[in-house]
Amino acid sequence: MRQGIAASPGIAVGKAYVFEEQEIKINREKIDKSLVDVEIRKFKQALKTSKQQLQMIKDRVAEKMGEQKAKIFDAHLMILDDPTLVDRVETKIQEELITADHAVDRVIRELVAMFENMEDEYMRERAADFKDLGKRILKNILGIPILSLMNLEEEVIIVAKDLAPSDTAQMDRKKVLGFATDVGGRTSHTAIMARSLEIPAVVGLGNITEKVNNDDLIIVDGNRGIVEINPDEEKLEHYKKERQRYLDQMDELKKIKNLPAQTRDGHRVEVSANIGTPKDVEGALNNGAEGIGLYRSEFLYMDRDSMPGEEEQFEAYKYVAEKMEGRPVIIRTLDIGGDKNLPYLDLPEEMNPFLGVRAIRLCLKNRKLFETQLRAILRASNYGNIKIMYPMVATVKEVREANAVLEQVKRQLDEKNIPYDRNIEVGIMVEVPSTAINADIFAKEVDFFSIGTNDLIQYTLAVDRMNESLSDLYDPYNPAILRLIKNVIDASHKEGKWTGMCGEMAGESRAALILLGMGLDEFSMSAVSIPSIKKIIRSVTREQAREIANKVLAMESSHEICEYVDAKLKQILS
Amino acid sequence: MFEKTVIIKNKTGLHARPASQFVQTANKFKSNIKLTKDEKSVDAKSIIEVLSMGINQGSKITISADGEDEKEAVNTLIKLVEQFAAEST
Repeated sequence: MRQGIAASPGIAVGKAYVFEEQEIKINREKIDKSLVDVEIRKFKQALKTSKQQLQMIKDRVAEKMGEQKAKIFDAHLMILDDPTLVDRVETKIQEELITADHAVDRVIRELVAMFENMEDEYMRERAADFKDLGKRILKNILGIPILSLMNLEEEVIIVAKDLAPSDTAQMDRKKVLGFATDVGGRTSHTAIMARSLEIPAVVGLGNITEKVNNDDLIIVDGNRGIVEINPDEEKLEHYKKERQRYLDQMDELKKIKNLPAQTRDGHRVEVSANIGTPKDVEGALNNGAEGIGLYRSEFLYMDRDSMPGEEEQFEAYKYVAEKMEGRPVIIRTLDIGGDKNLPYLDLPEEMNPFLGVRAIRLCLKNRKLFETQLRAILRASNYGNIKIMYPMVATVKEVREANAVLEQVKRQLDEKNIPYDRNIEVGIMVEVPSTAINADIFAKEVDFFSIGTNDLIQYTLAVDRMNESLSDLYDPYNPAILRLIKNVIDASHKEGKWTGMCGEMAGESRAALILLGMGLDEFSMSAVSIPSIKKIIRSVTREQAREIANKVLAMESSHEICEYVDAKLKQILS
Repeated sequence: MFEKTVIIKNKTGLHARPASQFVQTANKFKSNIKLTKDEKSVDAKSIIEVLSMGINQGSKITISADGEDEKEAVNTLIKLVEQFAAEST
């Protein structure tokens, strides 16, 4: 049994597919002159194969993620056609009498070195593209299979060190039963991907790729963060039953997913979904989302080489607003910095990016960028129920400055008679401790709060949320966190405003019960968590939840809190 | 031979997408096309060589072509570079 981090719920039983690169061994022996043509032909054939493979990936990405993202592959395809690359390799084979693989390896190394030495950061990063392409050509010369998740022959559980967006983009989703990875945490790409695909995943397993072989039978228990390798009959039976029980439970939840999120005595709250791209709206609606509590606009800006223009943003926001048919859609303005970088912005390197120029700080320093986004959001607000939310706010001054920009953009639109929602609500993320403490002051300045627990926890407890060895300290049930949350909710209500939560915490059963009792108005989470949270809300009365929250707020340790709430949950759901 | 000089105005310079568009366009012409910056010249039809020039915002480049469609080639490429500048503002 291997213990990792439970990243996406559910239980998968199936054959392992170890997604790991095979070593490339270059043949460095001299060749006979008579073999020069053979080697050149080998090289050309490998180029041709590589081109076909890339074209296929490109088409696939275009189909799944849009033409814009697929354009990234244009430069790669052109390199394969490049006269300089072809000439250099051929010359090396002819003049130095070396093998095709040896020649390609040398030329690629030269190119990588050249790009790595360039002044421009963006160009230095291109060195990685050449390495990638070089590997592909070499593998094709040497006949090493190129692993891709695109052509899986049967249903498998993918075992990998970690999965990159480029891996999952081409993945055949119908064949993937689950993920088990060496590294990562609940917020890593693999984890987020698994939740949006609604397949079980366990991450941060350490060395699972070394322990598992292809075709081993493995079990991924995404509820408890456990992986079993080649289990015995008894264990297998146990997990098959568990899996069935889990699926039955899911079926039951499906029945209630479209019912309103209200307590037994009729107190109505809102359960919404967090989304990253317009395509996620479908999953949100399928799971019964009553709104979009967090639309992470930064995904529009990522994985590309220039800023998205106003029109492109407008189309994305409008699409989401229209699809949600009048239900609230909270768009978070650009939250970049920290662990998310945009190469084309040429941001200076920082000692401490999570405490650096990120989110609203960055937007206020890049007015043009901010204005473009606000204009796109305002224009889209004419097509649905959009709200604006500023991330990482730490001072009231920032709110006022951001609102001044917003007012200016509104005036520009007025001058051109472009319609927008004049009563658009503007709120802030509460994720910096100072803001949570001063919530009463902020409540006078904004229409709503949304608590971002992922960062609030890391800033309050001084724990890096990406650091796996500190994961036990990263604790949402630390009384300090719960008290801060209570303070924020109360402060908003005193001013007649409302508070939501869009951090991972809102989707945890245990937290949901406490938060309901504290008076939280909106719960926003990964779409898959919506049905089970609705079920909890619909199983209690407001008074019951309030009593539980009050007891919890008087407790001294996370351990005590968890034990107490888990027992209550069991009672309520039985 | 026909040539023209232009200053790169868009923020990303001649990188990635602009670079590939530039090279793709160059490849549509029959003439030999060269790109010159700081007295260094490269083949404008090679993405590797164009990228290797490290052409940034503010770089002054000369595009020269030699062949039957030299005029059209240079004018089309200059227009493309100007279009990049317009798109990025």
